[in-house]
Formats: sequence, structure tokens, C-alpha cells
Amino acid sequence: MAGASRLSRRRTRAAWVFLAPMLVLLSLVALWPLARTIFYGFTDANLLHMQDAEGVGFANYLSHEGGRWRGVLADPLWWQSVANTLEFAVISVTIETVLGFVIALVLHTSFRLRGLVRAAVLVPWAIPTVVSAKMWSWMLNDQFGLVNSVLLRLGIIAQPYAWMVDADLAMKAVIAVDVWKTTPFMALLILAALQMLPTECYEAARIDGIHPVHVFFRVTLPLVRPALMVAVIFRFMDALRVFDLIYVLTSNSEQTMTMSVYARQHLVEFQEVGYGSAAATLLFMVVAACVGLYLTIGRVRLQAGEEA
Amino acid sequence: MNRWKFLCALALLLPGCKKDEAQPAPNGTVSSALSATAPAKEKVTISLSCGSVGKDFEMCKAGGDAWAKKTGNEVKYASTPTSSSEALALYQQLLAAGATDIDVFQIDVVWPGILGDFFIDLKPYTKGAEKEHFPAIIANNTRKGRLVAMPLSTDAGILYYRKDLLDKYHESVPDTWEQLTATAKKIQDAERKAGSADLWGYVFQGKAYEGLSCNAIEWVKSYDGGTIVDDSGKVTINNPGAKKALETAASWIGAISPKGALSYTEEESRGVFQSGKAVFMRNWPYAWALSQGNDSPIKGKVGVGPLPKGGENGHHTGALGGWQLGVSKFSKHPEVAADLVVFLTSMEEQKRHAIDASKLPTIVSLYKDPDVTKANPFFADVVATFNDAAARPSTPTGGKYNQVSSEFFNAVHATLAGEKPAEASLKSLDDKLKALGHDGAW
Repeated sequence: MAGASRLSRRRTRAAWVFLAPMLVLLSLVALWPLARTIFYGFTDANLLHMQDAEGVGFANYLSHEGGRWRGVLADPLWWQSVANTLEFAVISVTIETVLGFVIALVLHTSFRLRGLVRAAVLVPWAIPTVVSAKMWSWMLNDQFGLVNSVLLRLGIIAQPYAWMVDADLAMKAVIAVDVWKTTPFMALLILAALQMLPTECYEAARIDGIHPVHVFFRVTLPLVRPALMVAVIFRFMDALRVFDLIYVLTSNSEQTMTMSVYARQHLVEFQEVGYGSAAATLLFMVVAACVGLYLTIGRVRLQAGEEA
Repeated sequence: MNRWKFLCALALLLPGCKKDEAQPAPNGTVSSALSATAPAKEKVTISLSCGSVGKDFEMCKAGGDAWAKKTGNEVKYASTPTSSSEALALYQQLLAAGATDIDVFQIDVVWPGILGDFFIDLKPYTKGAEKEHFPAIIANNTRKGRLVAMPLSTDAGILYYRKDLLDKYHESVPDTWEQLTATAKKIQDAERKAGSADLWGYVFQGKAYEGLSCNAIEWVKSYDGGTIVDDSGKVTINNPGAKKALETAASWIGAISPKGALSYTEEESRGVFQSGKAVFMRNWPYAWALSQGNDSPIKGKVGVGPLPKGGENGHHTGALGGWQLGVSKFSKHPEVAADLVVFLTSMEEQKRHAIDASKLPTIVSLYKDPDVTKANPFFADVVATFNDAAARPSTPTGGKYNQVSSEFFNAVHATLAGEKPAEASLKSLDDKLKALGHDGAW
């Protein structure tokens, strides 16, 4: 017994030794910048005079001065960008998950040239976001864009749409481009999960003559669920931080402004490092809250499923 | 488990899209300097940021190359984004980080207040050359007694029109925005009936960026609505003239201007006009030389004049723009970089820019130069509007100008897009600017 405990202690120590380099690296590249951002959120730092920063407490978040409420929390644009971000994240991730699942199921069956098709599906994901966003902004151009030209010729629309300007269209167009870009990522993750599934369940289902739709909902979905949860959380966190796609397509437009675009505008364009850092800290907290909520709900459902 | 290995592998791949920003090693420079026949001084490499709108980049490169040949130094060129808002953001990031990548920055007329502290005083290098330029521009570029930038060219918003179409329909060049609206509508409707389904009456810069601030300040000032914030720092934007101006502009969208104009910068609107798909365009003078190029479908069919007045009692005006060159205080060779600036802002260089690229010179005497006036017959008219030019309020608002401009163009954009009526837009803009400027103290 004593030997076993010494062994386990040695193992623990070895684990820490192996983990140490990564922990050091992570704290350098992730924790330190995060701590700096939170720190600057409590100062009046200006991009052009960083050394003159002074502490201002919570004034960047909320303060009452000269008969007006000031701060990120008092700015309607901040709340609009929170709403925009949530709308973008929920809708795009939902569509990507459903489409990704369909594509994964198709790619899971065996057919000729499957390898080639699998590789081809990945192309949108492989293109750097800035490049694909710029590509789409040209295709969606109101006068010279390919999308308008095709739709006009097919007789689907009567006159060209200004995709990136119309308040009703801009968010839809941005979500469509994001779906185009990231569905392959979801498809790939789900496909990986599908290939790990045990074949016995399917054989049993086939012998019992179960309808394929039932097989999907009773066998495939529950088995893929853990991997699907991971894939969704990856995408959801990514979508909550979205910046490049939105910025290239619609720059600082208020209709599609996300939390990251808001924070960057204050940090860089308005030189308000303090205020922008406060916004960035709030962004971090919103993402953390969303992920916490998602994990809690996910776990509750998972346990309920196990009891049933 | 395999699944996890697979996920981890994917996660590790993600940062693979990172841009590779490796700089070319300066070895080539060193070796070529050594091989030159006994150089008096060591060859220096200066990097120069050039604009990228229209012909800007090739003009800038030709100037830099001429200096390199004359002095035996080398010039490297950095191209900047076509949207000036994005160019400023890029500069702020570079300068705030103390980057030495760029020695000579090309900056907009409204930036000395924001970036001035990062530039060296050029007075010791100019030998008084600044006295030949417009005094107002030199004053604009002088911050805390330091000449932070030398003017390269100035700019004013002007009206481009299709002479051939106006003649065809026996219309005169519009003198007021109301006339422009009516004329544009008439020609657009008639031409569309005749088969040009994609012809529009008027294009301008309507994207939510600095260019829209220039367009909108012209509308507002032409209706006697002031310039957002007056010289004393008082917010003046909420007034009947401004309301009328925004209502007039909002009435164009979908009627004589495509809705897409709300996403146009200079080059998009020039694209529509120069391909013959618009009757009128608001743009800067650079578009003139390009419209007269051999590859231009509208060569010889274009006229240029001052922007219309806001109603019978309004003014002709144009937003004051222009570009300056400043030397970064992080430059490793400030004297050499300053020499390049002096060369590029000299009489010969400004004349070349005026003739080849229709850039307005800042050296007063060049407006009397016969070669310049021959290439740009409209320069005299433009200079006449200088007295009434709409200057963006970068002096009273100082380092906060960018935020003021951003609030302004967003408010205007919301009205143009039909999301908020002019009156409500101006009211909330007024509140925001007063809060931002601490009621005039800035």
C-alpha cells in the first residue's frame, strides 16, 4: 500500500513537471495580457500617452458625472453590440450545427472519391477569414457583385440589393458568410465522432428493422452528443468573439457591431485604452458567463438522460 | 481516446492561419551599399507610407524613386488602406507601439491633433519652405509651436457631372441641391426608359467612415448649418440648416442614389461614375485626371464645378481635405527622412502631382502656373470655394476629433438608411457630443 501511494505521488510530481512548461507559457501569453487588460480597465489610459495612466476606479464601467451616466454599461451602443453578438452567435452556430451534421452524415457513408470530397469540403475553412470575407464583400457588392447579378438573371429579385447596408440584410448576409465558412469545421468534428461509433448498435437496429430516422435519434444522436457538445462550445466561443469577418464586411457599422468591434473601436480608433479595456473585460465576462451557462444546462440534461 | 487526439490536433491547427509578417532581411541593402564606388555617406533606407486611392501609390513611388536617385539612398514603400479611418487606426497602432517600420507617414489634414506628438519638428529642415504654402494649412500642421508635418497636397470636395447628358437634356449645371435632385431624377428616368437600366443620378461617399463626415459637413455647411462644433468648442449641430441638409440627402437614397451608396468610399463611387453609370458624383479632385485617362469610358464627357448651394440662400462649399508628410520620432534616420519630406513637398513635386494626378497644390504660386491650369481648368473655381471651405472641427476637438467624427457619420448614416429621422438623429448626436466634450471644455 505504501509503495503504491509513493508511486502515485511520484506520478503526480511527474505530471506537474510535464505540465509546468505549458502552464508557464499559458500564463505568459494568456493570463498576463488578460490581467493587464483588466488592470487598464480601471485606469484612464490613453493610447498616445500610456505612461500617464491614472486609476479611476469603476468610472469606465459606470459613473455619474455632470448629470449624465457615463461608462460602458451606460452606453446603448454597448448593449446593442451585446445583442448583435448573441444574435450572431446563436443563429450562426445553430445553422452550422444542423448543416454540419447533415454533411457529416453524408460524408460518413462510403462512396467513390470520398477522400476527395472530404478534402474539398474543408476549403472554405482553410481560407484565412480576412481573405474569404473580402471575397464575399466583392461578391455581395450592390453594383458589380456576382450575387446580385445571378439573382437578377434568375429573376429572383427585381433590383439589386445593397447587402451590407440594409439594416435587415446586413446581419443575415454576415451570418450567411459565417455559415459558409465554418460549417466544414462542424462537419469535420461531427464526422470524427461518427467514425468512432460502435457498429454493433447499428447491426442490431438493422436486424430489428428499426426505421433509419429512429436510429438517428435513438442511437446516433445520443452517442455523438458528447463530441457535439465540445464542437458547439468551440464554435460558440469563437462566434462570441467574432471580429475579422464583421469588420471586413461592414466595418464599424452599428447594425452589425459586435462586442469585439466595439472594444477595438474604443481601444484603437478613439485611443481610449482604459474604456476599451473595460469593454474587453466585459466581453470576457460575457463569454465566460455564456460558456458557464451552456455547460451547466448541458450537464443537467446529460444527467437527466442517464437517469431515464 | 482517438476522438480527443483528433480534436486536439484540430485545435493546434487553428493558429496556422496566422499571417506571416516576416520582414525581408536588409542584407541586400548592405551589400549594394558596399559595392557602390566610394560613397561619401552610408546609404540609408527610408520607408515611406503612400496612399492607395486612385493614382496615389504610383505618384508617391515616382517621387520617392526620384529622391533615391538624387541622393543615393533607398526608399521602401508601404501602401495604406483606401479608407482613411482604417489608415489612421493602422498608424495609431504602429506609433503607439513605437514601431520603426515606417519613417515618413502620409497623414490626413485632420490628424495632426491626434498624431502630432509622434512626429518630429520639421522646421530645422525646411529652410523656410513652409512660407510658400497656404498659411491656414501650415497653421493646421503646427502643434504646440512644432511643425509636425509638411503639406503634400490639399483637397476640396467638388461636383463631377456628365456634360454630354446635361447637353442632351438641355439642363444646366445645378446651382443648388434642389436643382441637382430634380435634374438627376429627370435624366435618370429618361435614360432608364431609353434602356440604361442601371444608370443612377448621383453617387457620393456614404459608407459609415471619415468620408461620410466630409460629405455630410458639406451638406450641412451649404445650408448654413455650421461645422458640427464651432471654433470655441461649442456643439452647434442641432440646428434647422443641418436638419434640412440631412432630410435632403436622405431623400436621394433609392431615388437618385443607389442604396449601395451607403457602403461606398471614394473608389466605389468613382467606379460607378467612371463606368458611365451615374450623372453626378461628389469626389475629390484626384478623380479628374483618372476620368480623362485613355482607358476611361467617359473621357471628354466630364465637367467639374463647385458643389451646389443649400437652397437659394445657401453657400457653395467643399470639405477641406489634404495630405501631409510627417517624420516619425521613432525613425532611425530623422534627418534623412526629413530631407525626403522636403523633397516630396517641393514646388517641382507638387507641380508633377497637379499635372499628372490633378492634386491641388498647397504652394500658392502654382495656381498661376500655366501648365497646371491647362491640365486642370477647374482649379480656379475650386480655389474660389476655399474661402468658404468646410473645415472639419479637428482643431477645437483635438484628440477627440475621431470620436466626434464617428458619432457624426453614424448619426448621418442612420438617417440616410431611413432608420432614424433627421431631427431625432441630430438631437441624440447633440447630446452625445455635449457629453463627450464635457459641454464645450473638450
